[in-house]
Amino acid sequence: MNRRELLKSAGAVAAGAAMLPFLKTNAWAQSAGTAVVLIGNTINSLDIHRPGTNRPSYQVAVNVYDRLVTFGTKKLADGSLSYDYDKVEPELAESWQISSDRKAILFKLKPNATFWDGTPVTAEDVKWSFDRALALGGFPRVQMGAGGFVDPAQFVVVDSKTFRVDLKQPSKLALPNLGVPVAVIINSKVARANATDKDPWATEYLHRTPAGSGAFKVERWEPGQQLVYARNDKWVGGPLPGVQRVIIREVPATATRRAMVERGDAHLSFQIPNKDAQELAAAKKVKVVGSPIDNCLYVACLNYNFEPFKDPKVRQAVAYAIPYEQIFKQAAYGRGVPMWGAKSAKPATAAWPQKFPYDTDLKKAQALLAQTKYKGGFEVPLSYDLGEADWGEPAALLIQESLGKIGIKVTLDKVPGANWRTVALVEKKLPFLLENFGGWLNTADYYFYWAYIKGNLFNASNYDDPAVAKLVEETLHMEKSDKSYDAKIKQLIQKAFDDVPRIPLWQPTLDSAMSPKLQGYEFWFHRQVDARSYKLV
Amino acid sequence: MGHLSIILARVLQAAPTLFGIVVVTFLLTRALPGDPAAYFAGASATPESIAEIRAQLGTDQPLPVQFVRYLKDLAGGNLGQSVSTGQPVADELLRRLPASLELTLSALLLSVSIAIPLGVLAAVRQDSWVDQLCRFVVTAGVSLPTFFTGLLLVYVFYFLLGWAPAPLGRLDMLHITPPPVTGFLVIDSLIAREWSTAWSALKQLLLPSITLALFTLAPIARMTRAAMLQALASEYLRTARAAGLSSSRVLMVYAFRNALLPVVTTLGMVFSFTLGANVLVEKVFAWPGIGSFAIEALVVSDYAAVQGFVLSMAVLFVLLNLVIDTLYTLIDPRVRIEG
Repeated sequence: MNRRELLKSAGAVAAGAAMLPFLKTNAWAQSAGTAVVLIGNTINSLDIHRPGTNRPSYQVAVNVYDRLVTFGTKKLADGSLSYDYDKVEPELAESWQISSDRKAILFKLKPNATFWDGTPVTAEDVKWSFDRALALGGFPRVQMGAGGFVDPAQFVVVDSKTFRVDLKQPSKLALPNLGVPVAVIINSKVARANATDKDPWATEYLHRTPAGSGAFKVERWEPGQQLVYARNDKWVGGPLPGVQRVIIREVPATATRRAMVERGDAHLSFQIPNKDAQELAAAKKVKVVGSPIDNCLYVACLNYNFEPFKDPKVRQAVAYAIPYEQIFKQAAYGRGVPMWGAKSAKPATAAWPQKFPYDTDLKKAQALLAQTKYKGGFEVPLSYDLGEADWGEPAALLIQESLGKIGIKVTLDKVPGANWRTVALVEKKLPFLLENFGGWLNTADYYFYWAYIKGNLFNASNYDDPAVAKLVEETLHMEKSDKSYDAKIKQLIQKAFDDVPRIPLWQPTLDSAMSPKLQGYEFWFHRQVDARSYKLV
Repeated sequence: MGHLSIILARVLQAAPTLFGIVVVTFLLTRALPGDPAAYFAGASATPESIAEIRAQLGTDQPLPVQFVRYLKDLAGGNLGQSVSTGQPVADELLRRLPASLELTLSALLLSVSIAIPLGVLAAVRQDSWVDQLCRFVVTAGVSLPTFFTGLLLVYVFYFLLGWAPAPLGRLDMLHITPPPVTGFLVIDSLIAREWSTAWSALKQLLLPSITLALFTLAPIARMTRAAMLQALASEYLRTARAAGLSSSRVLMVYAFRNALLPVVTTLGMVFSFTLGANVLVEKVFAWPGIGSFAIEALVVSDYAAVQGFVLSMAVLFVLLNLVIDTLYTLIDPRVRIEG
């Protein structure tokens, strides 16, 4: 602090004391052991299996419940921490064995694992919880299905501490899928005691009152305002969290969140806009961590239902006319990984996601378009989700301007909230749209399964190709170590390059701003707060 | 006719209005584009899982069936379950309405205590510096959008100066909500003799109330000024002056009382409109009010929540009009006789 600053603040203090009597700052931000986290959305349930539970609520499943397995931690090139998809580690399971035909996984539960009420965690609880995820339907069932779990008969209680999962076919996705937020283990005794005939899975009870074994208990929940976690000192799922209490406060205005973290009244502002991330990182007052989101791409989708986009040359022309660099600067504020400008038209590796062999080249775009019957250009609406307008709007405007130069007249179409999923993903009737799918399970085949297979939710392009379908079917459950795996993934990527039903703009990052006092911040595929690794120094 | 019978007649008149509102909101929410089931099915949904959610929400039934079910629930006092917040709509409204009322009422109190004296003075001393000040305040108040004033106040008083507490809603994190009596935190904590909680709640209330007050100042001050000018120019005032009544009596009893009628009307309008329209202020100050609840519900097509919101606002408006009509009868005896 220099002299002028000192004088300024002294003046402010004097004036403040004279005019308004409240000068006292909040003490909690300084109090040891309590971390204050700001989020922008509302947590609407403490039960991840319940229909209607929104994404921000998944963090409760992460912090309050345990799964059989979890993922390891790795350090990224910039020094920040990230989960490690390739390292599956024990959480409630002590060990596991995969049978020789790879169609069964046998789990031994930790002998000392107990729920908060002191009762031991048994294989019965595991089965009840997994059965529940299937029975309640909706998203939990779909996610369980991704690992090949579709039938309660696949979950077998061997004895009180031994649990087996039977698979219909061997799959590399089975084990990691037991580490996703949905695969939580619930205290079935407590839940059953609070179930009714109408509500056999105790959704009403668990909605408000979690019953788990996790690292934190919910101390207080005021919906729409805050959630307070208190540490469970008897946790055996991993190393004991470094903070005793975490206050998750819901603050909708990004400007308010930014002011609070800059002033040091909050330790972490989770998931901040790209623009704030860029500015805060430059100011260096707070720490900004931007972790590339695995298996996620911001893309422009070209719908095959729209006549001109049926022609591959038109699609490639559009891909050459996208102003990638400008979008990256003005929509992503440089926060992300570029996904354009690969030197070779053939994928060199099976890494995913990787750069596509397109770059902004209006001459090439024009030449390609001239070879089609649309050389005179055409008109097309470009749609984006209002909820994603912070990047969607600048990106759409830049695309509109650039495509105009090759004679494609783009009109902009903003679609609000609930309507977006319906028209873009369920009915798939938007001709041209910006989309942001990311897969929880980090393999290329998983991405292709959701985004390039006819009828699947995120294939907003209505892309349908028998070769891709066959490759996805072959690779989806195949082990990554299989000799033919890499070659097949390369073929898939080649198809994505050539057909470009989805034009990647960039790979996004999840940015958070935090006080230098907060350590142990880690990126997770579920993109929610995992406070179990946080420490305050 | 006495006060009571007027009130009774008013309540009876409100019944068809309320039923009309029930029908219209029901139809309007259904006419919203978008399928809540698709939204709530979450990431990686399949057509089957969306259909399942639709069945759980009951939106797979034909409209008349849904409407009859809704009416039955309403008759039982059940406003349904908000899917977006996961809470019963009635609970949600009961928790959020007091928050909005506390904010709106304190803002109005603040703005009335400034706007009415300002308006009266501006009218009495027309074209003086008070009048110019009134004009300036009014123009500034109307032309600055509330979220801008809110952000500016936060920036100056919280971020730069650190005088105001963090804009974190109704209470800071140190204090626990007092047992609810009125739903107004300041009053509730005073009742519970939690002095420091009351102080904290008051501090949290200050910046958002000032923001809203700045916005509501304009119509009230303008209306007071105009009504006062009209009253001052009237013949009965000339008569009063000619009769030799003291100038303060002329001003306060004859002019002001007559000018009050349009001011009360404006006040009612400003109140009802502020209650629903302070969403932006709620967002900036993380205030858990009814406006942000309604907006979020609307965005995700949360039918029950939207219906509950509109219905409760309608009831509130009816009550408010009732209060204003009763106030009229107190201010102006002619209304009583004609009513």
